[in-house]
This record gives sequence, structure tokens and C-alpha cells, in this order.
Amino acid sequence: MQLIPCPWCGPREEAEFHYGGQAHVAYPEDPSALSDEEWAQYVFFRENPSGPFAERWSHSAGCRRWFNAVRDTRTHDLIAVYRAGEPMPEVIS
Amino acid sequence: MTVSPLFAWTDRLAALPVNASERPFLSQLTVRASDPAAIAAMGAVLGVGFPAVPCTFTAGSGEFGDVEVLWLGPDEFLVVAAPDLQIPIEEALRGALGSARGSVVDTSAQRTTVVLEGPHVRDVLAHGCSVDLHPSAAPAGTCVQTLLARTGVILLVTGADSVTLLVRSSVAEYLAAWLSDACVEYQT
Repeated sequence: MQLIPCPWCGPREEAEFHYGGQAHVAYPEDPSALSDEEWAQYVFFRENPSGPFAERWSHSAGCRRWFNAVRDTRTHDLIAVYRAGEPMPEVIS
Repeated sequence: MTVSPLFAWTDRLAALPVNASERPFLSQLTVRASDPAAIAAMGAVLGVGFPAVPCTFTAGSGEFGDVEVLWLGPDEFLVVAAPDLQIPIEEALRGALGSARGSVVDTSAQRTTVVLEGPHVRDVLAHGCSVDLHPSAAPAGTCVQTLLARTGVILLVTGADSVTLLVRSSVAEYLAAWLSDACVEYQT
């Protein structure tokens, strides 16, 4: 089983984690000003890259903290993990 | 008479090569706080400093007897003490927390405690736990929340051959059954 390095607890098995989708999707500044199309874009549309992808993960069976990870979608390698609120590290693809 | 979650398993657990025994009804309080001054004040009230390093616990004794403080998250701790102390401890911690942001909640009924002792403890747990329990990776003082046989547990390494498990009361019997099965190959 793949080990995911929690920024608080260290490497733990994948089954302890929950996936939270793409990271750094900012909530709209003024949601009521958005058109239906723009709102749908915010709610439903996500990147689907082949390569490094910044994602949210929750260590749900451990410390229950959300954190961010950059994962290579081709290899499942976790290139970097960083705590919520920290900037995304520079990733060389 | 109040019956503890593993009361029916007392004899079977005691017969295992890991000498398992339940410590029922311990006082447990979940503390959420991130203000260093408030955390220090709460530690002073208990006579036990709160753990500063992730995945560790601290133990000591003070006004409320022997107390353990477990690291559950960067701003979350579990205070464990002898039975029937939850109300005075809650009041003391609330007083120490003062006006700082945080919470103190009595969660004593949530979990029961199983103590395992003996040379095979780490081997038995390795059957269902992916955390590295080798003494070099998990020395005494380690406190991890993880999955043991798919059950969420808090695992405290209290010594070279002794481990304490905190498990939710509703799945404690399942864990006792799993422990009995995992111990089979170590029976003499």
C-alpha cells in the first residue's frame, strides 16, 4: 500500500486518508455577482492534468488535519506535501 | 452496576500472551487550544506539560493524580486521568484556558482503554497496524492515532514491552476478538 507523508504525523498508509480534490480553488470574492456559468465553473470544473497536481488530502484516521499535496498523476508519486495555508512549493516536473 | 465495554472479555483477554486488560471508565477530556500561554497554564494545573512534539504523549502527576496528555493534532489534546475526575478536571482546565480561544469537552464515554504487556506486544499489533512499531521508530512516549485492523485507535507506547490502546467503546469487542485471533500463533 502506498504511504502518504502527513505533514504532522509522517508517513502513513493510504487507507488513513481522504481525498479532497484540487487545492487552491479560491472561493469567489462576491458569489452573488457571478453568472450561472461562472458559478458552475467554480463548483464543478477542475483541472485534470497529466503530471504534477496540487490536491487537498485529509488525514482522517490520524490527526484529522487537512493538508495539501502535489501528486504526479502519471506515477502517483507524492512530490511534496505542505500544511494548509502554506504556499505551494516550486515543483520541477 | 455499570458494565464496562469489555467486561465480558475480561478472562479471555487476561489469558492472551499479551496479558491484555481493560482500564475502564478513565476520565478523558478533549482539549482544543493553540494559544501557547493557555496551553502552558493548563499544563501547570494538571502538573503535566502538554506535549509539544507531534505523535507523543506526556505523563506525570499532580493535583488530579496520574495524568497523561496525548497529542491528537496541532491544536488538539486528550487528557486521560483516573475515573470520576472528569468534572473537576474540566472545571480546572476551563479556568486555566480563561478567555483564550479553545474548548474543553468531556469525552470519557467515547473510548475504553486496553493495556497490553509482554514480549510479543509489538509483533501482535504489527499483524493489523501499518505504523512502524520497532522500538527505534516507536520508543516509549509515542502516541499515534492510526488504524488497527481497520479500527481507529490511539496507540500509546508506554514501555519497551507495553502498549496502551484507546478504542471507541462500540468497537472494543471487535478489537478484542481481533486481538484474540492475532495472538493465536504466540500461544504457548
